[in-house]
Amino acid sequence: MTEPLLKVRGLKIGATIYPPGEKSREIEIVHGVDFDLAPGKVLGLIGESGAGKSTIGLASMAYGRGGVEITGGTVEVNGRDILSSGLRDVRRLRGAEVTYVSQSAAASFNPAKQIMEQVTEAAIFQNKFSKKEAEERAVELFRKLGLPDPENIGSRYPHQVSGGQLQRCMTALALCPQPDLVVFDEPTTALDVTTQIDVLAAIKEAIRDTGVAALYITHDLAVVAQVSDHIMVLQQGATVEYGTTDQIINHPKEDYTKALVSVRSIQHEEKQPTETPVLRVEGITARYKGTNFDVLKNINVELHPGQTLAVVGESGSGKSTLARVITGLLPPSSGKITFDGRELTPDLPTRPLEDLRELQMIYQMADTAMNPRQTVGTIIGRPLEFYFGLKGAEKQKRIQELLDEIELGDGFQDRYPAELSGGQKQRVCIARALAAKPKLIICDEVTSALDPLVADGILKLLLNLQKIEDVAYLFITHDLATVRAIADSIAVMFQGEVVRYGPKSQVLSPPFDDYTDLLLSSVPEMKLGWLEEVIANRKMESAGN
Amino acid sequence: MRIPISALIGLFFTGLFFVMAIIAPLIAPYGMAEVVGDVWEAPSDKFLLGTDSIGRDLLSRMIYGGQTTIFIATAATILSFVTGSVLGFFAAVSGGWVDQVISRFVDLIMSIPSLIFALVVLSVMPTTIPILIILMGLLDSTRVYRLARAVAVDITVMDYVEAARLRGEKIGWIIFRETLPNALSPLVAEMGLRFIFMVLFVSTLSFLGLGVQPPQADWGGIVKENKEGINYGISAALYPAYAIAILCISINLVADWVLNRTTSLKGGRG
Amino acid sequence: MHPIVKLVAQRLALGLLLLFAASILIFAGTSILPGDVAQQILGQAATPEALENLRRELGLNEPAVTRYFSWLGGILQGDLGTALTNGRDIAESLSSRLSNTLFLAFWAAVIAVPLAIFLGLLAVRYKDRWPDKIISGVTLTTISIPEFMIGYVLIYWVSIKWGMFSSVAIINDSMTLGQKLNAIAIPVMVLTLVVLAHMMRMTRAAILNVMQSAYIETAELKGLGMLKIIRKHAFPNAIAPIVNVVMLNLAYLVVGVVVVEVVFAYPGMGQYLVDHVSKRDVPVVQACGLIFAAVYIGLNLIADIVSILANPRLRHPK
Repeated sequence: MTEPLLKVRGLKIGATIYPPGEKSREIEIVHGVDFDLAPGKVLGLIGESGAGKSTIGLASMAYGRGGVEITGGTVEVNGRDILSSGLRDVRRLRGAEVTYVSQSAAASFNPAKQIMEQVTEAAIFQNKFSKKEAEERAVELFRKLGLPDPENIGSRYPHQVSGGQLQRCMTALALCPQPDLVVFDEPTTALDVTTQIDVLAAIKEAIRDTGVAALYITHDLAVVAQVSDHIMVLQQGATVEYGTTDQIINHPKEDYTKALVSVRSIQHEEKQPTETPVLRVEGITARYKGTNFDVLKNINVELHPGQTLAVVGESGSGKSTLARVITGLLPPSSGKITFDGRELTPDLPTRPLEDLRELQMIYQMADTAMNPRQTVGTIIGRPLEFYFGLKGAEKQKRIQELLDEIELGDGFQDRYPAELSGGQKQRVCIARALAAKPKLIICDEVTSALDPLVADGILKLLLNLQKIEDVAYLFITHDLATVRAIADSIAVMFQGEVVRYGPKSQVLSPPFDDYTDLLLSSVPEMKLGWLEEVIANRKMESAGN
Repeated sequence: MRIPISALIGLFFTGLFFVMAIIAPLIAPYGMAEVVGDVWEAPSDKFLLGTDSIGRDLLSRMIYGGQTTIFIATAATILSFVTGSVLGFFAAVSGGWVDQVISRFVDLIMSIPSLIFALVVLSVMPTTIPILIILMGLLDSTRVYRLARAVAVDITVMDYVEAARLRGEKIGWIIFRETLPNALSPLVAEMGLRFIFMVLFVSTLSFLGLGVQPPQADWGGIVKENKEGINYGISAALYPAYAIAILCISINLVADWVLNRTTSLKGGRG
Repeated sequence: MHPIVKLVAQRLALGLLLLFAASILIFAGTSILPGDVAQQILGQAATPEALENLRRELGLNEPAVTRYFSWLGGILQGDLGTALTNGRDIAESLSSRLSNTLFLAFWAAVIAVPLAIFLGLLAVRYKDRWPDKIISGVTLTTISIPEFMIGYVLIYWVSIKWGMFSSVAIINDSMTLGQKLNAIAIPVMVLTLVVLAHMMRMTRAAILNVMQSAYIETAELKGLGMLKIIRKHAFPNAIAPIVNVVMLNLAYLVVGVVVVEVVFAYPGMGQYLVDHVSKRDVPVVQACGLIFAAVYIGLNLIADIVSILANPRLRHPK
């Protein structure tokens, strides 16, 4: 067996935290992790937020972000223990033997310098290549990574290229010095779904062609399954399971891994449309004040009582604007909206209270959707008081019922939002919407800021509640897997238009239009070799390129 | 809740100065304008800080002067705060042309340095205490306006404010229940800084002879009256400097603490 | 046209507009406020004839708009009017005083700006350690003391107790540069202390902001040394915020000069202004006010334009 390139033993990482009003203290965030990485191989590190995966990745460069410090264990690169070597040696390692690709290329590129200078900087500084060689190499990498105009893109500034392109440039930056190991830290997470796949494919190809080893860090098991040879599942700073990609995906041993593998596999039977829709959107066209193009162009959709209409699209498709029009925050320039048989007035202030009550909204960021100065009891209690005039014991009783419905139970009434986890916050927002006894709830990307397992829990809860309360959902999302899980009908939006609309079974069966095909093919599947298959069968280029 | 030692020191001295200002006539050994000794007598048992340029007890003048300075600064701060934050919130919540008109006007006032503007106005107005308070308060309210508006705009774009509007809440609820509780801490911290600025401002005006008029004592005026003494090595004019420095540093320490608490409140209950 | 040229032109136009509006405000501040200017100038004991004469002299019987435009027209031709108190031409009296003021402010800036940037860097380099704490403690103190008091504290200690430098800063044209510098040594120290604190604090914040960017981490992970990171990655992005800080504080310096001149009996514009405010000499106050406002607006304008020029997004549009 060849000597491992990267050998990590008993790695412990601590951080200093500064709780408000208290003395700072040390906590351990990674509790003894072991793994090996052979030359040219890819190891996927997977876990939810707080699992310590990025921290472990950076430890392979002997780097701690913020107050993070490596407190124990050894990290060997090419047989040298990098934790016990001095700063001078570590600096020779960084940017030469080990390089790094961050989640946000947009922030990681210096806005004041041309891309080429930044891509070649490490290679030249570390005396790996001359300036000329490094630039030739960079152009070669740009070409390999599928960037347009590879000869000249280097002379542009970071803000002059798109997010997907910049992420590829970041990969070129990492590969340019011909390192032995690249740490990829969620390189595709910030990108649009359709762009993500192209960048992922480009990264995979570049890894294969250059024979570099990689640590690939992500929260998405389906993504990591496409690029890695081995996978390590982490939870709260400890290893849960470590094995080959095939073993983890197809034969997971631990419950936690099994849960991750089976995520996004909720099944939902499609309901048939009823006689009268609860919401009918007819010929809606809208634009923002001071702009001269329509963000929504002649939108026509219907939603039936107790059912779910999923509005799918990428950022900029106009799907969130549709929600603003329906809620009355943005009056449309033409078209009308019928809700529960009556026509809604175009702007919010003129709507009767009853319309406001029956149409509720849940937001993507539960953090900013709740007033940090109000307790959970006040947040949920306000609609009860405001719409139904409930007070005292009666209100308390109803609040508790709602808390039970969202599976939070006792003791949550007096807590503040900051004391809740991400999933709990979103549940409270759901309860606040339900408190109004609405006929329709608009859910704007309600699961996209959450970890996959937590998101699954929220989707299950929403489906359950729909059965009990008979409420309709207008579900806005970019994630087709979510749509599959909960929708009855689907509207696919692209550049302000609905390009495909109908019952779920119909929208999701061929023949597809090009955009729906692109979107559908961009949802990572939990199976090996999926990526190659998709790229080979694509009809349309993604817009982010 | 633990109060850091620096904030405790700040609170102690701030409190001490305010109490002294309130009970000034009770603790001052002599009258404010009473000539009790020789010119610039050295500190002694009789005159703890010595006497001033015309033989008044310097300690008594310092105590009364503190009262005047603190009173004017407090009144001007309140005026500046009420005007600035009401207009700021109003502009932020109204938006549109109302916001534009008020904001551009404030930009204009701020394009002239406060002191220069005050001097221009004082060249035609009588220098009485009410006029000083109104002038200082209104000039400074531009700064409060900017902060209040910025804080309120930050908050009004929050989803929870939108949620309240979608619920159909009235503007009163949105301002007092959703916006204000979250804006209060930065505003309170700013209030400390504005107060310091007011103390410095009124002292400067009095020093220039355009603020509080003699025989009324105030810290800036005491410096003006005794500045000649400096050339003979008499430090009478320096006492107000020490007093102002101690007061301002104390308030700074308290304001720092309030600001830190603000950030921590986002992460937990108050 | 390159968008950056357009933006800069817009800013310049806006600056002129602001100056124009400021002139209205200054004029209005001295003309439309309650109270009769003539009465204020002459006091309660004035005879009706004297009041009437002064009103005519000031043009108070004309409508305010007419007076404003004749005032503005005069200024545009370099005629600032004549002082009420001594009948001298204001422009003439001002020119030597303005150059004295600029001389003082210039030397304060020459010392304060590099010192503030150096101390700011030092505080960032030793963030949260003792050099940072000492610097922030000292700056907190100087921020909390009015300029004139720093002045007297320095006079008391440096000039009287230690016998260094003169406590009055009187300069005239027959003095050599060395003599002049000796005369203004203490006022320059005061002004330096006054702006240093603000400038240092803001520089520190601006540099820290840049140093915490993700692209600095990228540079660190390339194995670059600290000095190289600062020189190649931090500096180009820190120029605009630092220039901004410097300009804002120079504007602050302009105000500080007024008080410091009075303390040291320095023959500059600030003292001239304060003198004539007490004498209620409205034309002088208007002229000085406008010049101070123009300097202030001008410095802020430079800060704005530098930010535009230094912004890579604007310099290299898509």
